[in-house]
Amino acid sequence: MNTAEEVVLDVEGLRMRYGTTDVLREVTFRARRGEVLALLGPNGAGKTTTIEILEGFRMRSAGRVSVLGADPAHATEDWRARIGVVLQSWRDHGKWRVREVLAHLGAFYAGYTTERVPRPWDADELIAAVGLTGHADKKIRMLSGGQRRRLDVAIGLVGRPELLFLDEPTAGLDPQARREFHELVRGLAGSRETTILLTTHDLDEAEKLAGRIVILDGGRIIADGTAEELARRITGEDEVRWTLDGQRFTRSTRDSTALVFDLFERHGRRIGELEVRRSSLEDTYLALVRQAEGAAR
Amino acid sequence: MSPAAAAVRAGWTRGLIELRQSFTNGAELFAHFLWPGLTLAVAWWLRDVPFGDSGYPLGTLLLPSILGMNVANGMIAMSQQLTAEREDGTLLRAKAVPHGMLGYLTGKVVSVAGGTVADLAIFLIPGLLIVPGLVTGNLASWLTLAWVVALGLVATLPAGAVLGSMFGSARAQGLIMLPFLGLIAISGIFYPISSLPGWLQGVAQVFPLYWLGLGTRSALLPDSAAALEIGGSWRHLETAAALGVWAVAGLLLAPVVLRRMARRESGSNVAARRERALRRIG
Repeated sequence: MNTAEEVVLDVEGLRMRYGTTDVLREVTFRARRGEVLALLGPNGAGKTTTIEILEGFRMRSAGRVSVLGADPAHATEDWRARIGVVLQSWRDHGKWRVREVLAHLGAFYAGYTTERVPRPWDADELIAAVGLTGHADKKIRMLSGGQRRRLDVAIGLVGRPELLFLDEPTAGLDPQARREFHELVRGLAGSRETTILLTTHDLDEAEKLAGRIVILDGGRIIADGTAEELARRITGEDEVRWTLDGQRFTRSTRDSTALVFDLFERHGRRIGELEVRRSSLEDTYLALVRQAEGAAR
Repeated sequence: MSPAAAAVRAGWTRGLIELRQSFTNGAELFAHFLWPGLTLAVAWWLRDVPFGDSGYPLGTLLLPSILGMNVANGMIAMSQQLTAEREDGTLLRAKAVPHGMLGYLTGKVVSVAGGTVADLAIFLIPGLLIVPGLVTGNLASWLTLAWVVALGLVATLPAGAVLGSMFGSARAQGLIMLPFLGLIAISGIFYPISSLPGWLQGVAQVFPLYWLGLGTRSALLPDSAAALEIGGSWRHLETAAALGVWAVAGLLLAPVVLRRMARRESGSNVAARRERALRRIG
């Protein structure tokens, strides 16, 4: 049995239409067990709509969707027990204490315990795993934004899901909280037990966390691959700066090595203050989005 | 343990936790005592004021009526909490766990019914001490009170859940207080219904509020006070039938309406409602 190859998320030709507007068109992608997949795109690209369809919270207009082998539109409670959901904004259970709410929501998974995977995740262990020890007896409405977000993730994990959905998990977090959150997700991904689908509009975050990035823009997928593959697919333009006889020059080029070689060949030691800025993945991403939007127009 | 049984058990615990929260925080504790306190003060004030030539003090007639009316507070609380918790995402959270809605509703019934019964006790116990002429010495009174309150809760809580599912925001939900107040006015709570025009009596008898007041009066007032009621009788059979019809209708309708509401819940709906709410404040 090759579980590593098992497809847990299979989306084909997904379409979502409101009135006469298509907010998702022909969205097709897959995720295999243990993979961390980032759905990257600017605001309004259709990321949340996509993830809500996969979570079974929203009905699609057309297309085939299979999540853990079932159609989320007709999912059963047993299917629900296998997935974890972290939505964009929660503000529920404000009067409850951290440990109390984890123990309570965990109790719903008690009937799904197996020999290999005991469910639910013990509340105190889970609190430690997300770094909330010391806040276990705090009321939830007293938590900071970052702590609240970690609690949301803990709730998403309390049933030890096979598949975890994270919608904009770091929106509104300060850099420190964001870094801690990244560690948490990397730790989860490291175990290869949980498949993770996260949405983000932050390319840096997608690159740090995900094994594979699917770029969504204007309701369509415009690229799908590892960070390296994406960078290779569209070579952005490098920026080369130099001085020649005290005069400054700047040029953008797809092949900076050739340009620099050419410069030295022609001017030798008269070239000074040479600087080559490689196009970053961010430039690639922006170029992709620009290109896609140009094509749509 | 089967997953559904686990959910019911979790829901039971949830109800108890919510009850505890409701009686351990200052603002809610204040609310639990404020309304009973005010109405008791009125009943005490009217303890010696005779009602017409019936021979009963107004306070004595008033106390059991208000007790019956307070049973229906569970309906209001149910609908308010459902609307509020839909707005803050609690319901969506319930939807995200297996059999979560079952657990959520179990919890809601436990906490609202428990809270209502506690509120009734907070009102009734001091009331018995300060208002004269109530019948409390025999078992029959308490048994009548028990079945009226129990059947009253079953008749009104599902109706509250249906109302709570229908309103999109806590603000719109507040509108149900208007017809509720109107209903109180015509249901013989603060004044005997027999002094109202016949058609208003007919309207009042469609709703559970009148029957709740009648039932609690029949439990706590001497039998001779039945002379003030429609037909000069406590009409226990009719009371059970009317509340029973509401209970059956509510129990049939509530699951359908709740399921429809739950199906529509999604994160973006919660976020959109929150944005609207924030815009109103800002």
